[in-house]
Amino acid sequence: MNNGQMHILLADDDEDDRLFFREAFDEIKINTKVETVNDGVELMDYLTRPDITLPHILFLDLNMPRKNGMDCLRELKRIDYLKDIAVVIYSTSASDVDIEETFVQGANVYLKKPNDFNTLRKTLEAVITTNWQYQTSGLNRDNFILSL
Amino acid sequence: MEQLEKEQLTYSSLSFGEVELNETISGDQLKTLAANLGNYGIEIIESPKSILVQKIKDTIIEMIYMDEKLPTIKISDYLSEKLNYSYGYLSNLFVEATYTSIENFIIFQKINKAKELITTNEFTITEIAYRLNYSSTAHLCNQFKNETGITPTTFQRIINKRRNPEEVE
Repeated sequence: MNNGQMHILLADDDEDDRLFFREAFDEIKINTKVETVNDGVELMDYLTRPDITLPHILFLDLNMPRKNGMDCLRELKRIDYLKDIAVVIYSTSASDVDIEETFVQGANVYLKKPNDFNTLRKTLEAVITTNWQYQTSGLNRDNFILSL
Repeated sequence: MEQLEKEQLTYSSLSFGEVELNETISGDQLKTLAANLGNYGIEIIESPKSILVQKIKDTIIEMIYMDEKLPTIKISDYLSEKLNYSYGYLSNLFVEATYTSIENFIIFQKINKAKELITTNEFTITEIAYRLNYSSTAHLCNQFKNETGITPTTFQRIINKRRNPEEVE
């Protein structure tokens, strides 16, 4: 993480969650740039814009109006230039069935939204660090599966 | 190499997949090169300390990936012997540069090797535990769960389902 900035994108319809997310990254010592979108439709529009830098990591809420996280995930994995973005499912629910299904569909991380800010900061840091290991160590990305 | 030639730079190859440039390089060239190499997951290393950190990583990865079975020698002894520094020095340097300890890096790599072996569907968990020097299958399963949040069996099921989406178990 010594050089360059890590681009992070969050798709979440809950304004408070977006705010906490940004604040958590402000407190993490890793150099990051955080963008947010409000739902799945906005997400897909954003990712197909020609003027953006694609994120290194996408945090995806499952339960969103208009287009939910699961549909976004399936769609992303079918688009060649988007399918390699690391996807973190960022959700309040954490049933084993949900978790396993998102992994099968190609998600890399399942992160249950923590209740307190400190835990959020720590888990986000863990996600970023692990992703960085996969980015820099030439490891097989298909094996990047993490449930927190 | 292709990227180096594109920038018309001459180079000599060293061990560990290192490359040394035979000429000086302009700031702009370095930036272009760094960006191009970044796409391949290759980093440009400038300081002697980061070279040493990279050597620590390479030595660990080599140890875990080269042979069929991990040698039983302690990795800390092996590192300090091979790189000619005390383990304490290497260990501090590593934390400074990577925000993680050598121990954590070893666990991370071992679990990753375990994942690779699991995805071949050729080995039992017991065999994998033996190859990676775990004292028991339970020890491997616990460390796997700590690292990834899921069990080796769930991991295997997910990977197999990804490969054959139609098959229902």
